[in-house]
Amino acid sequence: MAATLLSKVWDLHSVRKLPTGQTQLFVGLHLVHEVTSPQAFEMLRARGWKVPFPSRTVATVDHIIPTLSLARPFADAQAEEMLTSLQRNCRDFGVPLYDLGSLEQGIVHVIGPEMGLTQPGMTIACGDSHTSTHGAFGALAFGIGTSQVRDVLASQCLAMDPMKLRRIDVTGRLAPGVYAKDVILAIIRTLGVKGGVGYAYEYGGEAVEHMSMDERMTLCNMSIEGGARAGYVNPDAVTFAYLKGRPAAPKGDAWERAVAWWSLMASDPDAAYDDRVTLDGAALEPHVTWGINPAQSASVTGRVPKAADAAPEARVQIAEALEYMGFAGGEAIAGTKIDVAFIGSCTNGRLSDLREAARVVKGRRVAKGVKALAVPGSNAVRLAAENEGLDAVFREAGFEWRGAGCSMCLAMNPDRLEGREVCASSSNRNFKGRQGSPTGRTLLMSPAMVAAAALAGEVTDVRQVLGDGR
Amino acid sequence: MTLPAIRRVSGTALPLRGDDVDTDRIIPARFLVSITFEGLGAHAFEDDRLSLKAKGETHPLDDARFWGARILLVNRNFGCGSSREHAPQALFRGGIRAVVGESFSEIFFGNSVAIGLPCVTLSRDSVGELQTLVEGAPKSAFSLDLESGTLVAEGKTFSVSIPANAREAFLSGHWDGTSMLLDRFEAVEELAKRLPYVAGF
Ligand code: SF4
Repeated sequence: MAATLLSKVWDLHSVRKLPTGQTQLFVGLHLVHEVTSPQAFEMLRARGWKVPFPSRTVATVDHIIPTLSLARPFADAQAEEMLTSLQRNCRDFGVPLYDLGSLEQGIVHVIGPEMGLTQPGMTIACGDSHTSTHGAFGALAFGIGTSQVRDVLASQCLAMDPMKLRRIDVTGRLAPGVYAKDVILAIIRTLGVKGGVGYAYEYGGEAVEHMSMDERMTLCNMSIEGGARAGYVNPDAVTFAYLKGRPAAPKGDAWERAVAWWSLMASDPDAAYDDRVTLDGAALEPHVTWGINPAQSASVTGRVPKAADAAPEARVQIAEALEYMGFAGGEAIAGTKIDVAFIGSCTNGRLSDLREAARVVKGRRVAKGVKALAVPGSNAVRLAAENEGLDAVFREAGFEWRGAGCSMCLAMNPDRLEGREVCASSSNRNFKGRQGSPTGRTLLMSPAMVAAAALAGEVTDVRQVLGDGR
Repeated sequence: MTLPAIRRVSGTALPLRGDDVDTDRIIPARFLVSITFEGLGAHAFEDDRLSLKAKGETHPLDDARFWGARILLVNRNFGCGSSREHAPQALFRGGIRAVVGESFSEIFFGNSVAIGLPCVTLSRDSVGELQTLVEGAPKSAFSLDLESGTLVAEGKTFSVSIPANAREAFLSGHWDGTSMLLDRFEAVEELAKRLPYVAGF
């Protein structure tokens, strides 16, 4: 019978039905970082439990690390304590750690794929909502809370409720200057921030088939912003080509066997879905958020809505967003002044993101008064970018080139907004206060759009910058 | 090991209006830089509270009339956004023992179950009615009974919903799932041997 990747992977990893009615699901890869794990390790110690599958677990440090200087101890004593406690926990429980300063360190959702740890057909869990990123490889990957981190550490399993599956087809080819980020912002705008609750999203269609792995990761990364706990793309030749030769990928004869098994995991062509949605990819324009959740976005050629024009249900929320963001309602989104430009995060901190942004800024200058940051998602990305000379391109344009980490995506390290600053950001959340200042304002967009905004000092259609003959 | 069952939560309630309240608002990220959950209760909704204060308004959490409340009344898609368990922890440590709302984000819901904080749902109209009731009469007595699936507020009975699995977990004391997952560990080891990427391709 025809089956979806979701049901195949789910069935393969189901240990048993639990007394509560949930399914006990085996976790094939458990990723750990410093923020959501210390309490979990502490609970293991208190109960005298061990980690039974330490080699199915990998830890790194990303959220709290400064991107300017890695000198220890960190200026922030609590951040220092978090790192020290992760180091001790990994040592005590035998969990491999890609530590500060190591070549492999980086944002957990960047290093899993680039080391080849993330593979098709796996179940992947991490105490971080953007674990959905790993679905780009045809894995079933989802974020969990700290008590569940404890569950996985102690038993390599989770108690899970079944998910429904929505197939999202993105038809046609994306126009130049339009990226995976715009696709996912458009999907969330269409389906809403809770449209995916209870669902996993399977992305497909011509536009997705033509995306690189980096782009598929951007797409799957923000599934959670649409309420879907997991999002995935069926594994194909693009997936296999990306994985080939990566440190943790199968080698020699095993490679062929792995590709054969991975191919079997993909959804069958005539599989049934609980819901289907189609989006015209060819018609998409670059997107920018104007509000305080990722569904509140507009095309760059569009306008900020007026609360009065909205359905009565939505009015209060729109009014709240406009007030916070300082929009009157009805103005064009292009032309919105910015103070800070941030390129990075697990959504858009990969090599191709930096390349696209560098293509925009090359030979140009960041507008006066704009603080611009380019932050690679991992050390490997940083080194690859520096090998290509991208660091120099950014620096010459007036960007700061930083060390790898989560940086200004959230306020757990020294990179943060001040006061009511407006930030053009390639990250994934525009919630109130997300970037560190309780009144700071975030406009989400693609890295190329952030680059264009940095040059102009205001939101600008990147297609005009790219299209001016260079 | 089975934990104490959770059957009933009684006390006064705290109304918190608004849809899509995300976990960054419930507990801003800067309070996550710690290796324990201790002290989080005092920082719940800190940014929202400060910004209202600056405008001369009072957040319900700062409103003395609601102090000591054990039941939180919220609206749609409560707890969306980041997966941080710090969010339910902050509420729990602030004294909240049950959340009644229109709907919850899945991760928030799961995290809440795991720490013994029941989240139950009611229609928009009923939640609104209860919020209005408490705003007018903060000392109204609430009693949530998970066994019968009812919420009694000032003598009026509402029937609430909670997924059967979560309800069962609370009533049977299985809401801390780890022990349950370790019960048949041989089956886990058997399954791992059958997975080609664990056993080797
Ligand atoms: S980059 Fe941002 S969203 Fe991604 S893991 Fe780091 S903090 Fe979370």
